[in-house]
Amino acid sequence: MILSREEVLHVAHLARLALKPEEIDMFTRQLNDILKYVEKLQELDTSGVPPLAHVAPVINAFREDEVKESLPRDQALDNAPAQEEGSFLVPRII
Amino acid sequence: MAEPLYSMSISRLAPILGRGEVSPVEVTEQFLERIGRLDEKIHAYLTVDADGALAQARNAEARRREGEATTLTGIPLALKDVLATQGLRTTCASRILENFAPPFDATVCARLRQAGAVFLGKVNMDEFAMGSSTENSAFGVTHNPWRRDHIPGGSSGGAAAAVAADLCTASLGSDTGGSIRQPASHCGVVGLKPTYGRVSRYGLVAYASSLDQIGPVTKEVRDAAILLQAIAGQDRRDSTSVPAPVPDYQEALGQDVRGLKIGVPKEYFGEGLDPDVREAVEAALKTLASLGADLVEVSLPHTEYAVATYYVVAVAEASSNLARYDGVKYGVRREGRNLMEMYYNTRASGFGAEVRRRIMLGTYALSAGYYEAYYKKASQVRMLIRRDFDAAFNKCAAIAAPVAPTPAFRIGEKIDDPLTMYLSDIFTISANLAGIPGISVPCGFSSLGLPIGLQILGPPFGEPVVLQTAYAFEQATDFHKRRPEF
Repeated sequence: MILSREEVLHVAHLARLALKPEEIDMFTRQLNDILKYVEKLQELDTSGVPPLAHVAPVINAFREDEVKESLPRDQALDNAPAQEEGSFLVPRII
Repeated sequence: MAEPLYSMSISRLAPILGRGEVSPVEVTEQFLERIGRLDEKIHAYLTVDADGALAQARNAEARRREGEATTLTGIPLALKDVLATQGLRTTCASRILENFAPPFDATVCARLRQAGAVFLGKVNMDEFAMGSSTENSAFGVTHNPWRRDHIPGGSSGGAAAAVAADLCTASLGSDTGGSIRQPASHCGVVGLKPTYGRVSRYGLVAYASSLDQIGPVTKEVRDAAILLQAIAGQDRRDSTSVPAPVPDYQEALGQDVRGLKIGVPKEYFGEGLDPDVREAVEAALKTLASLGADLVEVSLPHTEYAVATYYVVAVAEASSNLARYDGVKYGVRREGRNLMEMYYNTRASGFGAEVRRRIMLGTYALSAGYYEAYYKKASQVRMLIRRDFDAAFNKCAAIAAPVAPTPAFRIGEKIDDPLTMYLSDIFTISANLAGIPGISVPCGFSSLGLPIGLQILGPPFGEPVVLQTAYAFEQATDFHKRRPEF
């Protein structure tokens, strides 16, 4: 097994996902199946091959830093689950 | 009997609108009535925007009257629910965006709006475009109009089913690993994935940003050229959109394929290819040869590594992209006792199983100590896959191959086995990894009467040769003329 039950729980925590008890075994099995399949990549000798991170023939897309109109505050807040005094409202942190 | 308006292609409907024989409002009303009556059998639509569509249709009517129309003025379209539409619910088929009404239009939507198109509504998909069957939608499966107990393909299953069932004239989907071409193949319609960077991704809800591309799903090849023309081109809001000039895509149609070198990749015809698919695609190759195309064998030796590469690259990008759904700025929130619990609850209840699976895989692949073994390795193999295509396109102008190893499978058949589901994308994923364009065009039917598609791939920005080849094949056959009964 590549990924233990505990590691699955740790990854779920990193991704901020709560797992139900009955889901832990299912995900552990499925993630291991997939990772085992992905190990196929190790068959290939890739020494000296540069990684291809993106394929667009564009290196940098610079533009002038001009002040322009942006989304009005009320519209930016329109979809917020909770808001107060023109701000996003989140649970108390401190 | 005259062809009904709802089954017409853009290229046949536009002149009728142009001559004023029918008005955009009449066409839109016909579609809305048809959707209301028939979509319960297909479930292509997640949101039908009758009021918005009729308002756009009235505008289109005014433009037609004033002589300010384009080909698309008054043409009723359906949009995959991954494309932001201003003020209109955009869910990505996810609970977490169930109530999300974007404050802006995706660039493709803005361009189509400007051209006078009518948006009938938003169509179903696998949640966040993750899937090959549309079964991962949080709002119910879409049925294949050819056999309703079969999947329409995915992730743009609603788009392909809506076009096939004449519930819109054409549609836009998105393709990250085959999500336009595979459902088009399964539903017997045309689906085009453009070159990466050809179409702006602004307002396309991100899944895997280095692979995602928006493209048309249409009844015929000419319509794919028309829609691509309307949406292609650089956009300052997407820094990966490319400044290359946009050619006249319709010009490529009707050009002879005599002497055109078409590569046949031997790796795409090995074991695991369904006999009906093999027969249809081999017959299609004979048709191309009979039109004068010069078939040459090519090799794409790293094909067998494409799925493994994709399920590292795509999930890594997804885990990062989907971190934004935190229940703060938009979407659904589930409260908790503190901030951390709020994140946990929001994301656990908002995302379906496949999305969580991919987020966890990607998180793992990018986590400390594993980056080299997974993401870096996959990116290197991605380079090898790209080089395979570069070498192949030195020997041919376009590549012809199957789209999917089998016709559409039954609903429920693969849903509990993610890896088997992933392997059904074997023939489409490479094009995304390499960033090249590809189309699916109808080329036959299985013994069960399910459609089969032929895939034509081209070099980067080779949309003209892809369209030219697909059009020549389409015009020599009549698979695209058949319509499902449902």
